[in-house]
Amino acid sequence: MRAHASSCPAADPVIDVQAVYKSFDSVEAVRGVDLRIMEGQFTAILGPNGAGKTTLVEMIEGIQKPEQGSIRITGLPWRGNEDALHRIMGISLQETRFVDRLTVFETIRLFAGFYDLDNGRVDEIIDMTGLCEKRDAYVVELSGGQRQRLALGLALLNHPAILILDEPTTGLDPNARREIWSILLALKKKCRTSLVLTTHYMEEAEHLCDRIVIMDAGKILAQGSLDQLLENHCAGKIIAFSLEPDVDVSDAAWMDGPFPVRWNTDQRKGSFEVTQIENDLPAFIDYLKARQWKLKDMECRRKTLDDLFVSMTGRRLHE
Amino acid sequence: MNKRIHTGQFARLFAAHFKEIIRKPEVIFWGVIFPILMSLGLGIAFTGKGDIVRTIAVIDAGIPSDPAGGPAGAIGGFLERHAEKIPAQGRHPARYRIDLDNENLGRTTFYFISTPWEEARTLLKRGNLNVIMEESAEQIQYHFDPLNTDAQLIYLKLSAMFTDNRAQIPASRNEGIRPLTLDGTRYIDFLIPGLIAMNIMMSCMWGMSYGTIEKRSRKLLRRMVATPMRKSHYLASLMAVRILMNFIEGVLLVVFAWLMFDVKIQGSIAAVMAIFIAGNIAFGGIAMFTSSRTASTEAGNGLINAIVMPMMVLSGIFFSYHNFPDWSIPLIRILPLTMLTDGIRSVFIEGAGISGIVLPAGILTAIGIIFFSVGLRIFKWH
Repeated sequence: MRAHASSCPAADPVIDVQAVYKSFDSVEAVRGVDLRIMEGQFTAILGPNGAGKTTLVEMIEGIQKPEQGSIRITGLPWRGNEDALHRIMGISLQETRFVDRLTVFETIRLFAGFYDLDNGRVDEIIDMTGLCEKRDAYVVELSGGQRQRLALGLALLNHPAILILDEPTTGLDPNARREIWSILLALKKKCRTSLVLTTHYMEEAEHLCDRIVIMDAGKILAQGSLDQLLENHCAGKIIAFSLEPDVDVSDAAWMDGPFPVRWNTDQRKGSFEVTQIENDLPAFIDYLKARQWKLKDMECRRKTLDDLFVSMTGRRLHE
Repeated sequence: MNKRIHTGQFARLFAAHFKEIIRKPEVIFWGVIFPILMSLGLGIAFTGKGDIVRTIAVIDAGIPSDPAGGPAGAIGGFLERHAEKIPAQGRHPARYRIDLDNENLGRTTFYFISTPWEEARTLLKRGNLNVIMEESAEQIQYHFDPLNTDAQLIYLKLSAMFTDNRAQIPASRNEGIRPLTLDGTRYIDFLIPGLIAMNIMMSCMWGMSYGTIEKRSRKLLRRMVATPMRKSHYLASLMAVRILMNFIEGVLLVVFAWLMFDVKIQGSIAAVMAIFIAGNIAFGGIAMFTSSRTASTEAGNGLINAIVMPMMVLSGIFFSYHNFPDWSIPLIRILPLTMLTDGIRSVFIEGAGISGIVLPAGILTAIGIIFFSVGLRIFKWH
C-alpha cells in the first residue's frame, strides 16, 4: 500500500499530532503537544535548546514512539505503515555524519537505491543542492555547509510530500545558511511539499515559514503566522536604550520610577514595553532629563518573536 | 518489480560497504599485510635452520680470565685441551669455543666465559647466558633454572662432555637420529591456520561490530532506517562484504605461506571452505550481538576487547593450549576461536576431510545463528 499526500482532502492535515507525551528517564521532553500541519504549509518549530523540538519531530518521523497520544501522517498511524510513510517523507536529522570515504555521488546513489531511483535523479539532486563541484569528493572533505546541503539533498531524493528538517542550519555561517534557505524557497515555489523545520534562529522561522510554533520545556506556547503571533501577543512596542558610562544607576532606582524597565547593570542597558509610544517616549525623556541621566543610544521598535519568547519564558531564544 | 528493487538495494549496500572498507589504508594494512608480516616473522624465527649458540659462565676459579694465561682447575684444563681460544673482541670478552657437529642436528656452539659470581647471575637474569659452571672441592657444579628445559639440555650435553673428557657427545651404538620430515610438523604449519582463524575473528569483531557501533553513534543507522531500506539487506550485505574480505585475506595469507614456507593444505579444500564459512557465521553473529545496543565507540572498544582478548590468549593461535592446566582444557575447547582454529588446523595439517569438520562447523554455525537472532531481536537502529 502506498500513501500519497494528494490522497487526503485539502482540509485534512498531513501531520496530525494529538496530546503527545514523551519522557526520557526523569526528563519530560514533550508534555501534551497538539499540532496540525496542512498540505503545502511551511512550519517552523522555534525554541531554545532542550525545548523538546527534536523529540517532537522524531516522533513525527517515526523514530521515537510517543508514550501517550497519537500521531497520524496523511491519516495513517506509523504502526503497520512504516514502508508507505517512509516513501512519502524526507528527513534530515540533527548532525548525521555520513560515511567518510564515500563520495557525494556514491552517498546519494546509495540512498537513491532505497527508493529505487536511478542515477538521473542522483544528478538532479547534486545540481539542486549546488554540489556539482564536489560530486566526486569524499564526504569527509566537505565543509559544514556542504554536508548540510548533502543531508538536505538526501531528504529531497524521493520527491517527499512531507519534508522534516531538524536544525538544518545550526552552526553554519550566514552564507551557508542562506544557501540552504534558497534551496528551500525554490522548493516552496515549485512543489506542494509540506515542510516542518526546527530552529532556534528567529530570522530563519520568519524568512522561510508561513507558520511558527513556539515551543519551550516540552510545550507549545503559541502558534500562528508571524503577523498573527505579533498581533495577538506583541501588541505593544519596545523602547530599548543605554546610558553614558558615568551615570550611576542601580536596579532599585528604576523600581521606584514610573517605567517597568528591565535593567542590565553590567551592560548599562535597559528596555521596557509601552502601549502608547507617542505619550510614553516624551515622558521617558523628561524623566531622564530631570535626573540628568545622559542617553548613549536609544531605539523604539515593534516587538519581535524574541521579545515574545522573553515575555513568555523570561529567557531569550539563544540562552 | 519488487524483487528487482530489493536486488538493487542489496547491490548498492554491498558496493558501499565494500568501498568503505577498501578505501581505508589501515584496513589493508591490518587485514592483509600485518598477518603476512606476522607469519613471516614468526615463521623465520621458529623454523630457521640457524646454528644453536649457547653461552656458559665459568666462575673465576675455573678458568683464567685471560685464556692466554694458561689453565687452572679441571674446567680450565678441559677447555685448554679441547676448546678454541678466542681473544677479547669488541664487546666480547676473551672466551673458549667448542663446536659440536652432528649431520642430522646441525651445529651447536658453546662459548665459555669467565666471570665473577655476581656478574654471572646478572647475565643469567638478562638471558645472556644459560648455565653457570663452578668448580669446588674437585667437583663441577652446574647452576641453572630446573624449569628451563633448554638449560637442562645444555647441562646434559656439558655433563656428557666433561664426564667423557671429550669435546663431543658420546654416541650410543644402539641409537640413531632420524629427523622427522613429515609435512605439517613445523611451527609455521601450526601457525598459519591459527592466523587465518584469528583474522576471521578480528575482522568480524572490529570490522562489523565496531563499524556498526560507529554508524550508530554517527546517527547514520537512524537515518538509513528512516528510508524504505530493508534492515535484513543492510545486515546481509555487511556480512557478505566481510566474508569476501576475509576470503581475500585468507587466500593471500595461504598463498604467501605456500610460496615462502611451502605450507600445504593436506586435507580437502571443500572442508577448509566449510569451516571457513562456519567461522565467519559464528563471528559474524557474535559481532552482531556485540554491536546490537551500544552507541558509544569507547564502550564498544572495551566490549570488543573483552571478547577477543581471552580467546586470543587461550585458543592456541600461536602456541598449543595444552600447556594450560588440565581442568581448563575442556573450557578452552568450547571457545569459538578454539573450535575454528582446531578445525582449520585439522584440515591443514592432519588432512581432515568434510567428515572431520562437520561437528565443529555445525556448532560454529549454530553459535552464529543463535547470537545473530538474539542480536537482531535486541538491535537498536535508532
